[in-house]
Amino acid sequence: MKLIVMSLISGILFGIGLTLSQMTNPDKVLNFLDIAGNWDPSLIFVMVGALTVTSLFFRKIIKRPTPLFDKEFYLSSKSVIDKPLLIGAAIFGMGWGISGYCPGPSVAGLGLGTSEAVVMIFSIYMGFIAHRLYNK
Amino acid sequence: MENFTPYSAFSGGILIGLAATLLLLFTGRIAGISGIMGGMMSADRTELFWRFAFLAGIVIGAFLFHQIRPDFYQPRENFPVWLLAFGGFLVGFGTRMGNGCTSGHAVCGIARGSIRSIAATITFMASGFLTVYIMRHILGLVT
Repeated sequence: MKLIVMSLISGILFGIGLTLSQMTNPDKVLNFLDIAGNWDPSLIFVMVGALTVTSLFFRKIIKRPTPLFDKEFYLSSKSVIDKPLLIGAAIFGMGWGISGYCPGPSVAGLGLGTSEAVVMIFSIYMGFIAHRLYNK
Repeated sequence: MENFTPYSAFSGGILIGLAATLLLLFTGRIAGISGIMGGMMSADRTELFWRFAFLAGIVIGAFLFHQIRPDFYQPRENFPVWLLAFGGFLVGFGTRMGNGCTSGHAVCGIARGSIRSIAATITFMASGFLTVYIMRHILGLVT
């Protein structure tokens, strides 16, 4: 139960952060990715702000034996840069550059009442399923 | 650069970082949205519940902020649905194949010094820049 409440609180903060930073505005995202056009570099500050906090605390936290409300940390143990990582990231970048949405803002869009969020979430899950079939 | 908003972007980023930090400290989980969404398809009960709570939190947080400051969101009109769906499909496929998205790799992975996350972030940023260049300046598809 504690785990669920904490996840909810963290999610709420995340959703406020996405909306305040305007990661939820697909036009702004595309203007950020459009260096050759009327470039709007604002969104680089989202990453700078987020990384400022996470870089400060993450290493210290994962040195703890356990998190506060669970028995272990759930971290990826992979450490090799392989083809699926790079090809997958490149495909994700294409989808991001076409739609103006990454996964977080697609979810947040539901709270903003845009039908684009529904289309995004549905098609993201189609992509998940396609990848599962492709990997078989 | 009339739409340059570094302060709100930075503040929003701080909140996102804080959210990810709290999730890791209390639950031991990485706030990677694509991974959290993907885990909704095949998971046991606890896994399903915390994931659902986190995603519901994002919706609630966005909703609440939008009620207080509606000026931070401008809905996009008339973007072709087929193109949005195609983009969404690539986002889904690519984040599964590459084990993460903007939040999991760029915000969380880099912070814990993961070389995979650094490589993924450079790759999807470069791909995003290139894609928008092709879409807008070569194909002239969307303004």
